[in-house]
Amino acid sequence: MGKSRQDRSAMVAVAGNGLLDRRALLGRGIMVAGAMGAGSAGALTGAAAEPLAEAPWSLMPGEGTPPYGHPSRFEKAVVRTVDNPNNEPSGSRARTPHHLLRGTITPNGLHFTIMHAGIPDIDPAQHKLVIHGMVRQPLVFDLDALSRYRLVTRVGFLECGGNSAPLFSNRPVQAGVQALHGLASCAEWAGVPLATLLDEAGLAPGARWLIAEGADAPHLSRSVPLSKAMDDAMVALYQNGERIQPGQGYPMRLYLPGYEGNMNVKFLRRIQVTDRPGMTYFESKIYTDPLPDGKDTQFYFVQEVKSFITSPSPGLALEEPGVYEISGVAYSGNGRIAKVLVSADGGKSWAEAALDEPRLPKAFTRFRMAWRWDGGPAVLQSRAWDEAGNAQPTREQFVARRGETSKPASVLGFAGHHFNAITSWAVSAKGEVRHVYA
Amino acid sequence: MSTRERTLAIGALALAIAAGAAGSAALAAESPHLGRPISQADLSAWDINILPDGRNLPPGRGTAAEGAAIFAEKCALCHGDNGRGGHAARLIGGPAKASLDGGKTIANYWPYATTLFDFIRRAMPFTQPRSLTDHEVYALVAYLLAENKLIDASEAMDAATLPQVRMPNRDNFVPQFPDRM
Repeated sequence: MGKSRQDRSAMVAVAGNGLLDRRALLGRGIMVAGAMGAGSAGALTGAAAEPLAEAPWSLMPGEGTPPYGHPSRFEKAVVRTVDNPNNEPSGSRARTPHHLLRGTITPNGLHFTIMHAGIPDIDPAQHKLVIHGMVRQPLVFDLDALSRYRLVTRVGFLECGGNSAPLFSNRPVQAGVQALHGLASCAEWAGVPLATLLDEAGLAPGARWLIAEGADAPHLSRSVPLSKAMDDAMVALYQNGERIQPGQGYPMRLYLPGYEGNMNVKFLRRIQVTDRPGMTYFESKIYTDPLPDGKDTQFYFVQEVKSFITSPSPGLALEEPGVYEISGVAYSGNGRIAKVLVSADGGKSWAEAALDEPRLPKAFTRFRMAWRWDGGPAVLQSRAWDEAGNAQPTREQFVARRGETSKPASVLGFAGHHFNAITSWAVSAKGEVRHVYA
Repeated sequence: MSTRERTLAIGALALAIAAGAAGSAALAAESPHLGRPISQADLSAWDINILPDGRNLPPGRGTAAEGAAIFAEKCALCHGDNGRGGHAARLIGGPAKASLDGGKTIANYWPYATTLFDFIRRAMPFTQPRSLTDHEVYALVAYLLAENKLIDASEAMDAATLPQVRMPNRDNFVPQFPDRM
């Protein structure tokens, strides 16, 4: 296919500073595929390719096949960043490398995880889940028993309530999308609807909450409204088709679609049905925040509508002017993503991004926008809306409601929680990408 | 599609709907019921949640003086001498008011004193959780509350007194999704 067959309209600018009609990404692949393949606009500028030759690996048989597959040795950089590699006696966090991933499913080994006292080495044959409290009959389930139930499957994101916390800083923290937004991931979860198990135990009149507890060393506990438990909560056993990983709560975790990560209790061993919340440590001190009006947040269950651009982003420099794809993820704990707008001029003008199907509720949705970088300064932003009508706030709107620090914050700190405002990436004339407030 | 084909298709659809309805009814009736009943006595070793009104607080009693000695032995390594902070959180003193710059403390922030008992008993000491006796936990809670000027140093903590401790910041919290509670 030659340039002459391209639909000229696909190259039409739809917003300022080079945003192109989204048809530029659909079915007219030569322009974008060429640009992507060369990491630049090489195919469009007409530079000749080298003559082709056989490579060494094409001239001999390859390696044997391992029982469990791993990424190519050339993909060593595609790993989580781990902030407590020596397992010092404190918490540990591993962040997802969004800038090196595409699609919407996070590979299991790259799913973010936070541990408050290490990962327990649980023998699944000895693990038990007890349901008690305000129920007709307290019951104990083991993994074999739960595996005989009708398992439900759903794709959904998980996000730490503290994801994006560096953006509470009064000055933009210089870090990439992994450091800033790496405490969110998306997977396919399969498990037993919690409502099924609660029905079997029999809810007593007056039951309104449950307190879920893990089998890890802190015996981590969180209170969950019974309405959520009976709606779409599950006791998850599988993650992307295999047993959930130890860092995700092997052999079973609570999964509450769209709700704050910490509530999705890992290593789930106990559910006590109650008439009120327990006011546990994590819902009293940790996942609560001072507000500008002097009050403090509490029970901030929902991870609200949010998006961020994963490419280009800091660390992924643009090599030369030309056509690029702006790509990122959007999600909402309130349902499906309805639309995502992208700006290349710091919010002065916006154009609607293409959304990859399937758009599932409470799951990552990948958005894409064609962009011709002219080599000048640009500020890239994305802004998402969910099907419930919620708009991702601008940073200015967010700070007015939630506040910011009075001095620059640490990239590893958690000044606040539930940050979901717009992220801005500034592209310099050299093609370097930095985090800015715009 | 011919009329006959359409009739067959509609018939098949009706059958499928009927089968589906019967199937879901059967599913509900045939919930596997694979949980094994357990008595309250047999689950008591795990029954450690303390509610804010004091429900499920165990027998036992402790004073700040007793707690000071336990703290020095089992807690100060991480939380610093007299709880002034180490590589783990400061537990005594701190700013008058928390902000996004930090400074959430027991005195200025925690809404319920019962949370101290619940969390210390389930999670502390970091390297040996569940190793403290209920008496030791009461004593540590009394020590932390007294040093934070929330109770008198002479006041012992037990199942009756702990839920009565009034935490200053209790009514300052705003649930963010009250319609979902």
